[in-house]
Amino acid sequence: MNNKALITRNLIFSYTRSVTFGFPDIDCEPGNHCIITGPSGCGKTTFLHLIAGLLKPDSGEVIVQGTDTVRLYSSEADRFRGKNIGIIYQKPHFIQWLTAFENLQIARYLNNLATENEDINHLLRSLNLQGKAKSKPSQMSQGELQRLSIARAVINKPALILADEPTSSLDDKNCEEALNLLKRQAEELQASLVIATHDKRLLDHFSNRIFL
Amino acid sequence: MNIFSLNRKQIKAKPLSSLLNIFLFATGVAIISFLFLTTEKIESQLSSNVAGIDLVVGAKGSPLQLILAGIYHIDHPTGNIQYKEALELTKNPLIKQAVPLALGDSYRGFRIIGTDQTYPDLYHGQLKEGMLWKTDFETNIGFKVAEKTGLKISDSFTGVHGFIEDAGHAHDEHEYIVTGIFEETGTVLDQLILTNIASVWKIHEHHHEHHDEKHMESEGAHVTEAEETHDHEHEHTDKSGHVHTDGHEHEHGYDHGHNAGEEHGHTQENDEEITMLLVKYTNPMGAITLPRLVNSSTNMQAASPALEINRLYSLMGVGIRTIRLIAGFIMAISAFSIFISLLNSLKERKYELALIRSMGGSRSKVFSLVILEGISIAFIGYLVGLALSRLGMLLVSYYTENNYHYNLQQWFNINDGYFLFVSLVIGLLSALIPAIKAMHTDISKTLSE
Repeated sequence: MNNKALITRNLIFSYTRSVTFGFPDIDCEPGNHCIITGPSGCGKTTFLHLIAGLLKPDSGEVIVQGTDTVRLYSSEADRFRGKNIGIIYQKPHFIQWLTAFENLQIARYLNNLATENEDINHLLRSLNLQGKAKSKPSQMSQGELQRLSIARAVINKPALILADEPTSSLDDKNCEEALNLLKRQAEELQASLVIATHDKRLLDHFSNRIFL
Repeated sequence: MNIFSLNRKQIKAKPLSSLLNIFLFATGVAIISFLFLTTEKIESQLSSNVAGIDLVVGAKGSPLQLILAGIYHIDHPTGNIQYKEALELTKNPLIKQAVPLALGDSYRGFRIIGTDQTYPDLYHGQLKEGMLWKTDFETNIGFKVAEKTGLKISDSFTGVHGFIEDAGHAHDEHEYIVTGIFEETGTVLDQLILTNIASVWKIHEHHHEHHDEKHMESEGAHVTEAEETHDHEHEHTDKSGHVHTDGHEHEHGYDHGHNAGEEHGHTQENDEEITMLLVKYTNPMGAITLPRLVNSSTNMQAASPALEINRLYSLMGVGIRTIRLIAGFIMAISAFSIFISLLNSLKERKYELALIRSMGGSRSKVFSLVILEGISIAFIGYLVGLALSRLGMLLVSYYTENNYHYNLQQWFNINDGYFLFVSLVIGLLSALIPAIKAMHTDISKTLSE
């Protein structure tokens, strides 16, 4: 009925009774990207987590690929998120006792996909991480972790990639590079990219801008 | 990659705390399992060797000692009793069967028992080869004796005085000959050398002769005197060519002088003595009247194996209960330690668990990962503890085998099965609260921190 990558409608979320956020509606066609921007503390991360289904809104709808994720039960929401949404966090969160390769494997394992997969090696090569496959996250540089985050977000070929401040800690050159990498990966998968950022450098690259 | 390989990796990720928890758990398991193994084996050995004996009659002294010496052959006997007096007692209609025992010597640590041919029946001893002893100095040996000493039918050997290997005075003048070997019975019979009472008497009459020699020094007359008193000795002394009247044997004779008083007594009045009498009652009335009769109206003492062993159990029981309590306490501490360390690691692992959820892992997956860690530590601890308890059992069994000829080896125990179940439940319970907490972690909040 609806093959848009992402639609949000009338989302309202409150942490406490006094702190309530209302969010603008988003319409994102498949393969199109959009950017959510605004000053710190205005709820960008909250918005992203609502879209990802990590938070439940007080009211409103989040429709990803035609599925209203708000209405899903917790375990269904987890499964849906794992299959359809890739997330890049502001901080590079990884499982410290697993290697870079295994951190990608577990993302596939948790969604019941084959873990002995050539895709993982291919992805590591395309992100210039092939030499780091057996390294633990603690042995990798900031830039490498950033690229590994991207790898993990796309490993399950999601339709929607969410990125929370992916460039905030990078200099201009690296910022450009990371953005290109993200776009390229999204294009390869024909996925939609939703970026939440206050980084002005990114604004010019996107036409679909949402201001909070 | 599966949940078990993930579990292995999460345990290996914090080797020190995992090791500590495993070690604590294993210690508790090892102690408890060791107690299961040994107490069961000791109790079964103790009860199987009673073999229906209702009463042991022997010289006055410690009743427990009398039982230990007379039935289990581990302690020294309390002394000797008059054979005549013992025979008198067996006429009592309440006594169905009375087996006399004459103790005193051993061969390579195995006791030589002078008794009658009903003794092996007490333990359902069947001859594997040869036949029951008939004349003096013919012996039947137990299974373990044959195995350890290599004695075969028609081999001969000489006993030493006392019960400790290579420590007593050698009775080189009398050679025993093996005429029969018993099948394995799993009882004390396996570690005994049986002969008739007369053989034991004869050997110690000879001793007595030595004893006199020592005191009379070179009076010379003693040989004839001894020959007159003990007819059997005559031949034998001749055969061995009076070797014992001179040289080093005298030195041993001196040792014997001390032991003889304690353990054999003298045959000076030509009163024959035995060490004890194993009694079976004709009916339960015996239990009421016989012990009192013996203890009050004779110079002998009567001890009931059942009563004494119960007394021993209750003495041991306090110790065993205390050790069990300590082991249980150690296990409780280890359960608590597993709980605390899982809870602590939860703080560090909150991101990881939230990440697993955000990547599509369900709550139940996160829950089972934490539970699995607790159960695994308990399981590994259980296995290590089980191995340690077997090691301890081997050491103790080696010791008892060498010193008392009792084998405490037992590899399997039904309690270990229940104990595995209990261990897994402990692992599960100590991981339960951390796992529930992990399951309810607020992933959004954790990941945006």
